[in-house]
Amino acid sequence: MPNPQELLKFDTGDTAWLLISTALVMMMTLPGLALFYGGLSKRKDALNTMAMSFVTYCLISVFWVVYGYSLAFGHDIFGLIGGFEKIFFKSITLTSSNEGAKTVPEFIFAMFQLTFAAITVALVSGAYIERIKFSIWITFSLLWFTMVYLPVAHWIWGGGFLAKMGVVDFAGGIVVHTTAGISALIGALILKARNDTTLIPHNLTLVVLGTGLLWFGWFGFNAGSALSAKELATIAFVNTNTAAASASLIWCIAEWLIFKKPTILGLASGTIAGLATITPAAGYVNVYGALIIGVIAGLVCFISIAFVKGKLNYDDTLDAFGIHGVGGIIGSLSVGFFADPSINQIAGLFYGSAAQLWLQLLGIGIIIFYSAMVTALIFLFLKIIFKNLRVNPEDELVGLDETQHGERAYNLHI
Amino acid sequence: MKKIEAIIKPTKLEDVKKALEKKGIHGMTITEVKGFGRQKGYIEVYRGKEYEVRFLPKIKIELIVKDDEVEKIINTILETAKTGNVGDGKIFISSIEEVIRIRTGERGEEAI
Repeated sequence: MPNPQELLKFDTGDTAWLLISTALVMMMTLPGLALFYGGLSKRKDALNTMAMSFVTYCLISVFWVVYGYSLAFGHDIFGLIGGFEKIFFKSITLTSSNEGAKTVPEFIFAMFQLTFAAITVALVSGAYIERIKFSIWITFSLLWFTMVYLPVAHWIWGGGFLAKMGVVDFAGGIVVHTTAGISALIGALILKARNDTTLIPHNLTLVVLGTGLLWFGWFGFNAGSALSAKELATIAFVNTNTAAASASLIWCIAEWLIFKKPTILGLASGTIAGLATITPAAGYVNVYGALIIGVIAGLVCFISIAFVKGKLNYDDTLDAFGIHGVGGIIGSLSVGFFADPSINQIAGLFYGSAAQLWLQLLGIGIIIFYSAMVTALIFLFLKIIFKNLRVNPEDELVGLDETQHGERAYNLHI
Repeated sequence: MKKIEAIIKPTKLEDVKKALEKKGIHGMTITEVKGFGRQKGYIEVYRGKEYEVRFLPKIKIELIVKDDEVEKIINTILETAKTGNVGDGKIFISSIEEVIRIRTGERGEEAI
């Protein structure tokens, strides 16, 4: 046991907040995302959709401990990847801490970051559901986590080359939403469209429940990313709620004006768009910035899904790209416009400096290119090894719950 | 003996049931069904994309009655299930050869 004096160097308030935040972010994947995605899918594919979030959380939980944390947050190697000194949490002790979070024990910092990795991979699944084989999804998850998430997390959060250049991402607009969104789009294009490309949610009440849990958990995601229970966490908390609510209202109003009815799915979709978009900016902007970012998020994501998606004709089943990719990109860019130096030192264009905007643009560009290329390569590799990435057409018709898992979401009779 | 099958709007079920009970009919089978006639479907919009839903929720009531009760029941259903709008439903009448009560083995009108 460590000497109690050694443990005193940690801030108990910060540690408590990180413990809570970690649990909140865990809840975003299970049950938040599982219910959100599960409710949006067809009745016959609901369990398979939830299973993809579930299995991903388990998979990443194991491999984060095995090598994920070490490669993302280990000793920097040429700005590209972390070292191997922390595999199996080897050099982590009760008294060690990470360079970026010195007031909390490294164990909880590592677990907090684990929950980010897990939800990022699970987000991608939204574009592939109702057609990808469960076994292919698991293999893809592990490869994508290793080859896309871990390097990108290191480049921006683990002291890699983008961090050294000055690219910032408060809680994951680039690391989480841009990587997941772009990879969702590329995978959807490679997998090709489902035979039935409708999006008729089988249970909107689950979608509302999932949205609420995601929103609730997002306070841990964004305010927890302050890595302390101090002032910065409070403004991140305010910004998160403000942007989510304004994006939700704007989506609802736009839908009401254009399609004559305010749908509940519109309210839920706007909320997620606002949350994804404010994420990279939550700890850099003031409340005016959060309001404007929310409005932009609601409008742009709505347009991207309601109009642009139809023109481009790709089958991103649950709009993982349209909401997370688009939201993540405009949110990461918005830091370059709206960052208020009185909040967290960085100044955006509207506060007198264009430098951060160019850095953000460069960072986003690099990550879009890298995520797209590596995702395509992973699918190419999987295609060579496994031949068929999709379930056969009959299984797709019957539904993936029965054909992949031998279960049904609803057994109403008997 | 006749079988009366009436496809009606779900919102009219309670009215029809009460009216039939008043006329002395105490047994019926109902099923939640889906379909469309001249009413066609309706449009649902999800994230800006329109989907035409062809099949509308309806209720099917099945009654087995004596021949001399048929007109009375038809009139009752017509009076209570009618709104005057498309989609009010239809009534089908067919002949029944035999009815058997499983508990007692009674047959014919006695078993209705």
